Amino acid sequence: MMNYFPDEVLEHVFDFVTSHRDRNAVSLVCKLWYRVERFSRQRVFIGNCYAISPERLIDRFPGVKALTLKGKPHFADFNLVPQDWGGYVQPWIEALARSRIGLEELRLKRMVVSDESLDVLSRSFTNFKSLVLVSCEGFTTDGLEAIAANCRFLRELDLQENEIEEKKNLWLGCFPDSCTSLVSLNFACLKEINLVALERLVARNPNLKSLKLNRAVPLEALQRILMRAPQLVDLGTGSFVLDRDSDDSETYRKLRGTILKCRSIRNLSGFLEVAPRCLPAIYPICLNLTYLNLSYAAGIHGSELIKLIRLCGKLQRLWILDYIGDKGLEIVASTCKDLQELRVFPSDPFGAGHAAVTETGLVAISSGCPKLNSLLYFCQQMTNAALIAVAKNCPNFIRFRLCILDPTKPDPVTMQPLDEGFGAIVQSSKRLRRLSLSGLLTDRVFLYIGMYAEQLEMLSIAFAGESDKGMLYVLNGCKKLRKLEIRDSPFGDMALLRDVGKYETMRSLWMSSCDVTLGGCKTLAKQMPRLNVEIINENDQMEFAHEDSQKVEKMYLYRTLVGPRKDAPEFVWTLV
Amino acid sequence: MSPENRNYMPESDVVGLNLKETELTLGLPGETRVTTDTGVKFGTKRGFSETIDLNLGRSNVKCHDKVCDDELENDVLGGATKSLTEKAQLVGWPPVRASRKNVMKSCKFIKVAVDGAPYLRKVDLEMYNSYQQLLSALEDMFSCLTIRNYLSERKLMDPANGVEYVATYEDRDGDWMLVGDVPWKMFVESCKRVRLMKSSEAIGLAPRTHKNVQAQLRKSLSQASLE
Repeated sequence: MMNYFPDEVLEHVFDFVTSHRDRNAVSLVCKLWYRVERFSRQRVFIGNCYAISPERLIDRFPGVKALTLKGKPHFADFNLVPQDWGGYVQPWIEALARSRIGLEELRLKRMVVSDESLDVLSRSFTNFKSLVLVSCEGFTTDGLEAIAANCRFLRELDLQENEIEEKKNLWLGCFPDSCTSLVSLNFACLKEINLVALERLVARNPNLKSLKLNRAVPLEALQRILMRAPQLVDLGTGSFVLDRDSDDSETYRKLRGTILKCRSIRNLSGFLEVAPRCLPAIYPICLNLTYLNLSYAAGIHGSELIKLIRLCGKLQRLWILDYIGDKGLEIVASTCKDLQELRVFPSDPFGAGHAAVTETGLVAISSGCPKLNSLLYFCQQMTNAALIAVAKNCPNFIRFRLCILDPTKPDPVTMQPLDEGFGAIVQSSKRLRRLSLSGLLTDRVFLYIGMYAEQLEMLSIAFAGESDKGMLYVLNGCKKLRKLEIRDSPFGDMALLRDVGKYETMRSLWMSSCDVTLGGCKTLAKQMPRLNVEIINENDQMEFAHEDSQKVEKMYLYRTLVGPRKDAPEFVWTLV
Repeated sequence: MSPENRNYMPESDVVGLNLKETELTLGLPGETRVTTDTGVKFGTKRGFSETIDLNLGRSNVKCHDKVCDDELENDVLGGATKSLTEKAQLVGWPPVRASRKNVMKSCKFIKVAVDGAPYLRKVDLEMYNSYQQLLSALEDMFSCLTIRNYLSERKLMDPANGVEYVATYEDRDGDWMLVGDVPWKMFVESCKRVRLMKSSEAIGLAPRTHKNVQAQLRKSLSQASLE
């Protein structure tokens, strides 16, 4: 029936299909649908920049306007991937620039971005509107100058946790006076900023809804900025301290007054530096907040933290440091009844100290916040009983990431592994898509995961399991698995090679400090030409014996349609 | 933590090797690393002093002995259980992004001078959680000293010649203060440098208690040692 509709009608129908997965599904129905879908697709998501080439992207989707690209594997976040591994955006930008693609939005994660790339980007796409860089590196403020100066219709510049070399502090001043279209600006990861340019920029951009400042913006400047932008929905403060020498009461009074006028703020973050006595200034906006991120606010703890939390009755997402303690989490549980996402970060991320939260806090949260669906919890310890209780109270987890600071710690009460606890979680949360394990774990937990975690897409394993069986349970059972990352676990060639076809149904597999051997990896590479099997070898090449029986330190494999990459550094060996 | 169940064994010789090579030592240059039968290494940083009767890390030490029995000598994790500070050596754990770690890390390196020593050392105050830990680290660093801990005053002594040192520090206002008066965190905040001053010169700082402690010191030398 659909064959008798003209293409335009199909296209119109497809307009309502927005998620890229749904559109992927649409394109598989028949050749006609494939054709109509590809010409009308505007938003493309590429989860691994080495799975496909820019030329093929351009060829298939000539109408692409918004592109998301991801580069390095996730464990690069934790220093497990050496510098210069790859993930360069340059070839993508060059290819897009050469084509007639009208790129408007670019979102990059864990990629290497150069100033030259940013320069080319800024000059090649007249309607470029949005640049979001997450955990990227390789560029300096010179690159930002190009973006600011050349992207006439820029709406969004969002820099999240990038490593940016700061040269001259001029880039913000490069936005021309005619730039009045900004909606979102985030430079929290920079150390410096040109304050005068910032205030002027805010003043002439009345549509600014999201503004995240950095540490270099003092309280006085924040007050002036908020005066100009009372329409903000999303605010990240910079430095929230009052200089002892300045006129405290006057600035503070002005700030309080200004904040009272900011009735639209729903998301609050920042506080990289904070003097707790200034916090009451934000109390008036607390009751409207739906997202509060205090995970960088090392200066807020104890009673000030509690006071703040008690005012935030409408919170849906809370990111916090473990200073909050179990008692503080109990208060969150009684205050934030709409809580959906909780992230508790370690105040001592070097693992040398103690986390101030335990299973008690988590159980309290689960009891008070049944809508909880996303959790990241760094804690001192966990028990099976607690996890079972959490599973019962909160059956809606989509993301469940638990990180016990001592990665192989058993249940401290029973001294048992945490298999049963995690088993309860996967059994009860039928929509679980992402899971990170920690604590003492045997193969049994993987049996449970294979049996129950039907929607699981991403699994992170560290220091867990006893034998190949563990990994096999997961590979056999989790039909929707896309990303599997494993470190320091006793899985070897037998598990790796049992079902080689599985890896073509997944985006990638990372295994480091496991038991897979060079020979095993070679066998896999030979059998599966459409996988890139990369061995990352940081040793001196001479010392590396090239013995097949040798265990491989780091292996990263991913499906690809374009063969071994040509930009691999010397220490990355792609097996064929 | 029961080592019997711990069968993951990070096979990463690379990681283990590098860690051993780059393991922090606070001994004076030229000092060799000595390993005792219990596997405890001298010259490497410890999070607590064994000369002081603390419960800190006691269970960790026991665990380490078990670890030795399991032949996990170069085991990164086994080594890490020795003391809380050494846990930091486990690569990529806890899984926290570098950008977040950088924000939390304040890194307070200060100079430490000892009267009579030919050169100064630097310590990162953020690495310690208490005065005890700091003083024991200083003890490791200037290995000729041992700690004598009386009342609220902390002193170091060179047993070879009986010379006593008093730990002092320069605060933000430029004043020289006696270490130990204020809560630890406050001390970290305000300390700019540390000087281990010869007791004989330290009279101006805490005259009365100093004399009392001198008396106590003489008394206790004739009793069982704290070690």
